[in-house]
Amino acid sequence: MGLEEKLPSGFMLTTVEAVAGYARKGSMWPATFGLACCAIEMMATGGPRYDLARFGMEVFRPSPRQADLMIVAGRVSQKMAPILRQVYDQMPNPKWVLAMGVCASSGGMFNNYAVVQGVDHVVPVDVYLPGCPPRPEMLIDAILEIHDKAQHTKMGSNRQKQITELELEALSAKPLMDLPLLPSEAEHLPVRTPASTPLLFGDKKTIKAAKKEQKKADKEAARVEAGKAHG
Amino acid sequence: MAEMPENLPQPVRGFGTTFFTMFRKASTEQYPDEKVPTQPRFHGRHQLNRHPDGLEKCVGCELCAWACPADAIFVEGADNEAGERHSPGERYGAVYQINYLRCILCGLCIEACPTRALTMTNEYELADHTRESLIYTKEDLLAPLQGGMAMPPHSMVDGMSERDYYSGKVTSATPEQFAEVEARELAEEKAAEAKTDATIEAEKVASDIAKDEEQDLGGAA
Repeated sequence: MGLEEKLPSGFMLTTVEAVAGYARKGSMWPATFGLACCAIEMMATGGPRYDLARFGMEVFRPSPRQADLMIVAGRVSQKMAPILRQVYDQMPNPKWVLAMGVCASSGGMFNNYAVVQGVDHVVPVDVYLPGCPPRPEMLIDAILEIHDKAQHTKMGSNRQKQITELELEALSAKPLMDLPLLPSEAEHLPVRTPASTPLLFGDKKTIKAAKKEQKKADKEAARVEAGKAHG
Repeated sequence: MAEMPENLPQPVRGFGTTFFTMFRKASTEQYPDEKVPTQPRFHGRHQLNRHPDGLEKCVGCELCAWACPADAIFVEGADNEAGERHSPGERYGAVYQINYLRCILCGLCIEACPTRALTMTNEYELADHTRESLIYTKEDLLAPLQGGMAMPPHSMVDGMSERDYYSGKVTSATPEQFAEVEARELAEEKAAEAKTDATIEAEKVASDIAKDEEQDLGGAA
């Protein structure tokens, strides 16, 4: 956002990253954003018994422009979704999102047309927290996960490198259908994936013959293609 | 704490309460450092239980999935084959998944379970970074093996019926069951070794053929 993003990579940048990460996680201010019953638990977390002030997070900022963390506490209705997005957009970078409770994470038990089936349809989510509602300890646990993420956030050229890597990974990612099966699934379900070319077992002669057949077929197909192109 | 005397003026009583509170012990729980245990019946993560000899209690009846108000549970039962027994009786839960991003930890599934296979633990630290990782499968949910349990699949205790398992007549795995499991594991290990040998052989043949083909091409050119 400032000078720290322009630094060249090297030990200087990693040091700045560590210091900035420590500062970011040490005073991460959440936005005051309660939507339903989870917000009650969120308030309890800010109260004296669980005391978020121990993590420098006691100030729930009423203005998103002063907040670093959005805790989506409760079910998001379709009508609320654009407002949620606006609050997120108004927060300055770097910012984090915590989907608190099953409703915010996936729609939970409200699987209907009125409720957004997970806030990750609207904003990028860093940590999902199950529970209905999660108890304050669960929320603190999730917040500590976010702190960990903030501490290890990369910056400047290191961040660029990470983005490139992630993008490459995302581009080469396979659809869930094509992923290898879980051991429990593989045993009992009919195989969904097209089997990759199996290794041929047998002696040299038969394999060679099979390969020749294959090559012949390929050539024939190529010739037909070429003929079509000419015609 | 001692009550403020009634005869004091109101402001003194009020500030007095504030003042004396400073000397009381703070009620704050130091959560990540000191974890205060939950109530014993707290609804936390689920667990799939085992019989005392290690066989699974789940019979794959899907009643938990039917009871679930959030549609968070997916079960697929399968028949116990001879030599591949996971639970006493006819069927067992072959695929068992709970989506913790739907589950509201209400416990209706536990009430529905006819064999007490599904219960809840007090574990609550479930936060994670992706939606996929919060779908817990059978491997995540099954209770770990305790002393005297043998890893299924293995056969039932000799001379015991399914009913005997539920009336508590089975107390631990027998030596025969342990021997069976050991023999199976040994056979699996051997099969894996044999398979790798065959794969190595096939790869060698394939590379030889590739070399030959290269030579062929060289000759043709």
